[in-house]
Amino acid sequence: MALMTGDEKHGPAATSTLDVLWVLYTRVLKGLDPGDPDNPLRDRFLLSKGHGPVAYYAVLAALGFIPEEWLRSFGSFDSPLGHHPDRVLVPGVEIGSGSLGHGLGLAVGTALGLRARGLATQRVVTLLGDAELDEGSNHEAIAYAGAVGLERLTAVVIDNQSATHGWSGGIATRFEREGWSTVTVSGRDHDALEAAFTAPHPGRPRAVIAVVEPKDA
Amino acid sequence: MDTMRERFVSTTTALLDADPGLAVVLADITATQFDPAKAKHPDRVLNVGIREQLLVGVAGGLALAGLRPIAHTFPSFLIERPFEQVKLDLGHQDVGAVLVSYGASYDMAYMGRTHQSPADVALLDTLEGWTVHVPGHPDETEVLLRDAAAGTGRVYLRLSGETNRAPRPVEPGRMAVVKRGSDDASGVVVAVGPLLDPVLEAVADLDVTVLYAATVRPFDVESLRSAVARATTADVVLVEPYLAGTSSHAVDEALLDTPHRVLGLGVARQELRRYGTPAEHAVAHGLDPASLRQRIGAFLG
Repeated sequence: MALMTGDEKHGPAATSTLDVLWVLYTRVLKGLDPGDPDNPLRDRFLLSKGHGPVAYYAVLAALGFIPEEWLRSFGSFDSPLGHHPDRVLVPGVEIGSGSLGHGLGLAVGTALGLRARGLATQRVVTLLGDAELDEGSNHEAIAYAGAVGLERLTAVVIDNQSATHGWSGGIATRFEREGWSTVTVSGRDHDALEAAFTAPHPGRPRAVIAVVEPKDA
Repeated sequence: MDTMRERFVSTTTALLDADPGLAVVLADITATQFDPAKAKHPDRVLNVGIREQLLVGVAGGLALAGLRPIAHTFPSFLIERPFEQVKLDLGHQDVGAVLVSYGASYDMAYMGRTHQSPADVALLDTLEGWTVHVPGHPDETEVLLRDAAAGTGRVYLRLSGETNRAPRPVEPGRMAVVKRGSDDASGVVVAVGPLLDPVLEAVADLDVTVLYAATVRPFDVESLRSAVARATTADVVLVEPYLAGTSSHAVDEALLDTPHRVLGLGVARQELRRYGTPAEHAVAHGLDPASLRQRIGAFLG
């Protein structure tokens, strides 16, 4: 993160996700192994909000998925680290993202696929932004995942109040209406985040709304 | 005889029994027909409802989890509406899937433009790595579907209610000579999928070679070049049951070293704003035997 120059596109997006990513990777997700990034028994983390991936790359580097020196060439022609992550280029990255509104649908399919393969304990976590929730594709996924009780699915929404028209009634209500288990916590409080991610939610998908400082603050 | 759609259901149902790595994703269309399969394989027959972006997204996620997904609905809602999901959730993720449509260009003519999708193959042509099958008979559908399900790539299977009278032996990826012209043949006609019968009727009195294509991507360059080499002129007529000229660039690339002419026949861009029957639309687009005879004859002289 210290290598950020201020010229990165979506800089606030990069810093808003840092604590959530760190908690997920160091306290919550299981089976992630830099030496075996394709371990079939791993939990899956899908970064839907591909904007501002510097924090994501920093966490991957800190944990040994990618070399730290890759960070210095961020965004250059020969670098595998673009301003939007590419799963084909970066070890440990589960999906290529950048166009908003794709990660949750892919996460639903991944969770269904793991279930069909008999992988009963693996979980799928996807990270979205509050502005990203404006994309209609998310609401197809929210409604369906709630209706079928996709328990192994968790959506974490980073709320830095960047949605153009806001979320009347709060973000959590959108998920609750479709049968999700929800919790709203500080996106900077590591213990609260860990508790939010590990609390039981039998028979329902989980939405964790992680509130951070407003984008324009 | 069953329809291509019915053969798709029966074949897929059998494949689900045989292959635990196969999954089907639906968006309400044809869901009832898959009820028996869903009862046996509830985790691998998934109906997401009328949510077509999710349809393709879920297919992508299933592939990421190691399954072979088959996603199905009408082409307007499988290719056109969720095109970005097709591009990103499958292509950009570098995962495979089988997309199976039914309804083709104007099978549902009576429903109007909202349910017509003549540009589907042209849209997929903008993306990398898609195999496109356009069978002309239910028997061909089964061969191509089984081949697609057993693979790992991205495959589009375009099914139609329009059917040739008899099946042809199909080898995925290859065109077949179904009418061989003389040494003085005036050109080569490539007939795609269910337009083979109208083409054969149209050129019955013409000295041309007719190639039959049930796979249009990748385009069978070798067969086209071989057929063109036997004709007196390098004149090629494409007769495709989707947007006219969709494969013209493929012919140009195949004959890059040969001066040639191409006539691309197919469905016009013009929105007819007519209902009626597929047969009436075929006439309106000049794809009935009489119209084809006139257009092909005029081009080849």
